Amino acid sequence: MDCSHVFEFKVNRLIVVFALFLAFFSVTHAALAQADTLHTPASSSHEEPQKKKFDIGKFALHHIGDSHSWHVIGDTYISLPIILYTSNGFVTFSSADFHHDDEAKILVEKKGLTFVKLHEKIYYGSPKPNAHGQFIDLDEKHHASNARPLDISFTKNVCTLFLSIVIILAVFLNVANGYKVRKGKSPKGLQSWMEPIILFVRDDIAKPNLGHKYERFMPYLLTVFFFIWFNNMLGLVPFLPGGANLTGNIAVTLVLAVSTFCLTVFNGNKYYWKHIFMPDVPWWMYIVMVPVELFGIFTKPIALMIRLFANITAGHILVLSLICLVFVFNSLYIAPISVAFAVFIGAIELLVAFIQAFIFTILSALFIGMAIEEHH
Amino acid sequence: MELLVPEIGLVILQTIAFLLLMFLLAKFAWKPVLAAIKERELSIDEALNKAELAKQEMTRLTAQNEELMKEARNERDLILKEAKALKDSIVHEAKTQAHTEGVKLIEKAKIEIENQKKAALAELKNQVSTLSLDIAERVLRGQLEDKSKQQDLVANLLKDVELN
Repeated sequence: MDCSHVFEFKVNRLIVVFALFLAFFSVTHAALAQADTLHTPASSSHEEPQKKKFDIGKFALHHIGDSHSWHVIGDTYISLPIILYTSNGFVTFSSADFHHDDEAKILVEKKGLTFVKLHEKIYYGSPKPNAHGQFIDLDEKHHASNARPLDISFTKNVCTLFLSIVIILAVFLNVANGYKVRKGKSPKGLQSWMEPIILFVRDDIAKPNLGHKYERFMPYLLTVFFFIWFNNMLGLVPFLPGGANLTGNIAVTLVLAVSTFCLTVFNGNKYYWKHIFMPDVPWWMYIVMVPVELFGIFTKPIALMIRLFANITAGHILVLSLICLVFVFNSLYIAPISVAFAVFIGAIELLVAFIQAFIFTILSALFIGMAIEEHH
Repeated sequence: MELLVPEIGLVILQTIAFLLLMFLLAKFAWKPVLAAIKERELSIDEALNKAELAKQEMTRLTAQNEELMKEARNERDLILKEAKALKDSIVHEAKTQAHTEGVKLIEKAKIEIENQKKAALAELKNQVSTLSLDIAERVLRGQLEDKSKQQDLVANLLKDVELN
C-alpha cells in the first residue's frame, strides 16, 4: 500500500490554515498587549495586592508531570497506590495518606521510616521541619537533598501505561480474531480500521528500510508504533482515562529508544561493526572517525528519545498555555480565542500523534536496517 | 530540567510493561495477523494469475472459434457454390433437353401437319375430281339434250383444237 500521499495530502490548504493561524496570532497578540496596557493602570491600583499572579509555567509543568493521584474533576482525586523499595524492603501505602500535600509538610511513617512528598516525588523525611514547616532539607536552589527510596508506585503515568496496554491488547486481539473468523476474506469493522495501518507499517516502514529480513522486526515495529500512537492519542484526551503525558515522559521514551538501541547493537552484522571500527578511510583518520562513529551509535537513540519526548510535551504545554490565557489575562473574553486556538492546536496534535509514532518507527527501522544491511 | 531526568521506577515499570505487551502482541496478534494478511495476499495474487490465465484461455478459445467460424463460412460458401453450379448445370441440361424435346415435337408436329395436309389435299383432289366429273356429266347431259348446243360444243372444241 502506498501511503506517501498522506504527506502530500492537501499541503496547500494546510499552509493556508497555518498562515491564517499565524496571522491571527500576531494580530491578537498585539491587540491583547494593547488591552493589557490599557487595563493594568486602572485595575492594578485596586486589585493587585490581594491577587496572586498566575504562574503559567508552574501550572503547565505540573500538568505534564507525573502524579501520585489522579485528578478527576474539581476537588475529586483518585488516590493511587504508592510502592516503594526502601532500605527496609517494600513499603506500600495509599497516596491519600499525604492528604494532597505536595510540599513535604506531612510525614507518613511506615515500617519505621518516614516519607514526604515534594513536587510528586517521594523522599525520606527529615526528622525536623525546616523554617517553612517542611520535613525536608532544601539547598539554596530549593532542591531537596534528602535521599529517595526506589519509587515504583502506580502513578498516573503507570496507570495510563496499563490502561493503554489493555486497550491495545483488546483492539489487536479483536483484530487478530477477525482474521481467524473471517479467514481469507476481506477485513471488517475494527479489522479494516487497523489493517491499512498495519500494512502501512509493513510496506512503507519495514520493507524499504529492512529489506527482505523485515519479518523478524515486524513485532517490535508494530508494537512500538501502536504503543506510541495510542498513548499520544490517549494523552490528548483531556479527562479521566486520558490526560497523562506518557509518551512525553522521558522515562518512557528512554525505554523505547533503548529498545531500538539494543536491537541495533545486537543485530549489527560484521559490516556494521567494520564500518564503525575500521571505516574505509586512511588509518590516521581513525583517531577522528572511530570516536565519531562510536558516538553516533548513542546519539541516534538519544535523538529518538528526545524527539518524541519534546514533541509530545511541547504539544501538551502549548494546549495548556492557550487554555491558561484566560487565567493570565483574567478575562472571560479571551476564552473564545484561547479555545479556538486550543482546538486548532489540538487538531495539529492529532496529526503530530500519528507523525511522531511514524517517525519513531521509521527511524528505528532505519537504524536497524543500517545495522543489518548486507554489503557486496 | 526536572522533566529531563527519567524516574527510575517508571523506567522499570515501562520496560516490564512494554516487553510484556510486545510479547503478548507478537504471539497473539502480530503473528496471526501478518500470516493471515500474507496468506490473503498470496491467494489474491493467485486468483489474479488464474484470472489472467483464464483470460488468455478465453482469447485462445475466441480465436479458435473465429477460425472455426471462418472455416465453416468458407465451407458453406463452397457448398453454395457447388450447389449453384449443380443447379446451373441441371437447369442447363433441362433446358437443352426441353429444347431438343421441343424441337422433336415440332418436327413431329410438322410431319403430322404435312401428312394431314397431304391427306387433306388428296381428299380435296378426290372431291374436286368427283365434283368435276359430276359437273362435267351434268354439263354434258345438259349440252347433249339440245342438238344445237352439241354442235356448238363440238365446234368450240374443234376451235380449241385448231388453236393448239
